[in-house]
Amino acid sequence: MNIFIEISYLISSVFFIFGIKLLASPKTARRGNFFAAIGMLIAIVVTLFDKHILTYEWIIIGILIGSIVGSLMAFKVPMTGMPQMVGLLNGFGGGASMLVALSEYYKILNKLTDKIEFTTYDTVTISLSILIGSVTFTGSLIAFGKLQGIVTGKVVKYPGQHPLNLLLLLSVVAIAIFFTMNPQDEVLILSIVGISLLLGVLLVLPIGGADMPVAISLLNSYSGLAGAATGFVLNNYELIIAGALVGASGIILTNIMCKGMNRSLMNVVLGGWESAGSSGPAVTTVKGNVKSVEAEELAMLFDAAENIIIVPGYGMAVAQAQHAVRDLFNILESKGKNVRFAIHPVAGRMPGHMNVLLAEAQVPYDKLYAMEDINDDFPNTDIAFVIGANDVVNPAARHDKNSPIYGMPILNVDFAKTVVVNKRSLNVGYAGIENELFFYPNTLMYFGDAKEAVNKLVHELKNL
Amino acid sequence: MDGTLLILIYVFVLAMFVGFELITKVPPTLHTPLMSGSNAISGITIVGALISAGLEEYTISTILGLVAVIFATINVVGGFLVTDRMLKMFKKK
Repeated sequence: MNIFIEISYLISSVFFIFGIKLLASPKTARRGNFFAAIGMLIAIVVTLFDKHILTYEWIIIGILIGSIVGSLMAFKVPMTGMPQMVGLLNGFGGGASMLVALSEYYKILNKLTDKIEFTTYDTVTISLSILIGSVTFTGSLIAFGKLQGIVTGKVVKYPGQHPLNLLLLLSVVAIAIFFTMNPQDEVLILSIVGISLLLGVLLVLPIGGADMPVAISLLNSYSGLAGAATGFVLNNYELIIAGALVGASGIILTNIMCKGMNRSLMNVVLGGWESAGSSGPAVTTVKGNVKSVEAEELAMLFDAAENIIIVPGYGMAVAQAQHAVRDLFNILESKGKNVRFAIHPVAGRMPGHMNVLLAEAQVPYDKLYAMEDINDDFPNTDIAFVIGANDVVNPAARHDKNSPIYGMPILNVDFAKTVVVNKRSLNVGYAGIENELFFYPNTLMYFGDAKEAVNKLVHELKNL
Repeated sequence: MDGTLLILIYVFVLAMFVGFELITKVPPTLHTPLMSGSNAISGITIVGALISAGLEEYTISTILGLVAVIFATINVVGGFLVTDRMLKMFKKK
């Protein structure tokens, strides 16, 4: 291969690494993303000089279509739809890797490359690339469907589920071995494609809606690994480097998400909490009185408070309440109060979901605190205001050994002098358990849709 | 197994370590842009797709290459643009 192209790929890889490095701070992150895009541009432009490229019409058509669709998606997607968007992009990345590997197979088969025949290396890397790419592709489409509400967000379980998946995976391995022995037989490679696509569907289908942060992170990792596998197929260092970087990123995020739920990756992948989803009724019944509060009274309470921590959850995203929350933040700040946000690692449907929504509403990012940075401050807090979060503030996780969420790290809102919980009803959270927090003597329930309820509160605060 | 494969594996393993080092330093507040941005980077398979789509002879490889170019371009363009759109919003007081 051309030394000019090789060196340019190296430079492009350095841009990727430098770009990710700059993502370490919100101040430099935008520049980092720009650097990564420059790296990509370099890679694309020099590739066009590759001696194997002889015609450009398909390339131009492909890039044109992709650019239009990609930009439309990027500009049209609402911030609340970001998890779906990322899910879909993962899928396209995985799909592209799989198609490139398959295309490479046909190139060798039809003697369109310098290679005379298939080596074991070719068949193994092509099979691997197709397996990972296909699983990423259909898995991401299912994840997208679940987040968009097209596919059920419930935990899907059926008898023989895990043995079936294992059987499919083993059959891919077995076919790959046959394929290595008979590389000319395209039925074998196409069966690997088919089974892998099916496997992607079956692996993500059982995963419940609130476990999507894990699924999306994992698919993110797969999309990188699929790229790296294609790099092995093509003997391309840059694909391997970029793929490995993304693979590592996804693995780290997956790990953080699992820790945030105190569950093993296996437990999440195999489908939900024991009590979750279809099994129905709550496992624990908490008895006690619920005190509810109205906007007017609540406004007076906020007016008297000094230190306030707002805890947003998925309910805020569903109600699109981030702008209302920003209004609340502004009016409280203007009254000289110390207002901060506490963000649980698994709040929302993807890592960092709440942060993006609040950033969209122009809440300054230095007011958003990660769980470990703010959890010790709740005892000195006058009001902890929980908006649309449930399981991540359930004190049972600390003390109730029988609770399915026991051991999960939670935000200690119950240590605040007063806890105000905004929820539409007393319904159970994702884990299917009642939240004893709602029955605590220092808890006030503020019922209603998050957006309306917060707006009403802001209105009352203005009238004070 | 020849020398090339070994070098490829070296590159892969070392790049994973670089990735782990860099990404553990990304704060939780930027995890969504990190995902979409790294996602765009994984669209680097476009390099392979371009070569397949640019073959002189019109074969199944070219068609697969064309679809791969479309997918990878969506991934790259959509990923970088949406990441920029998000990062633009992150403002300090």
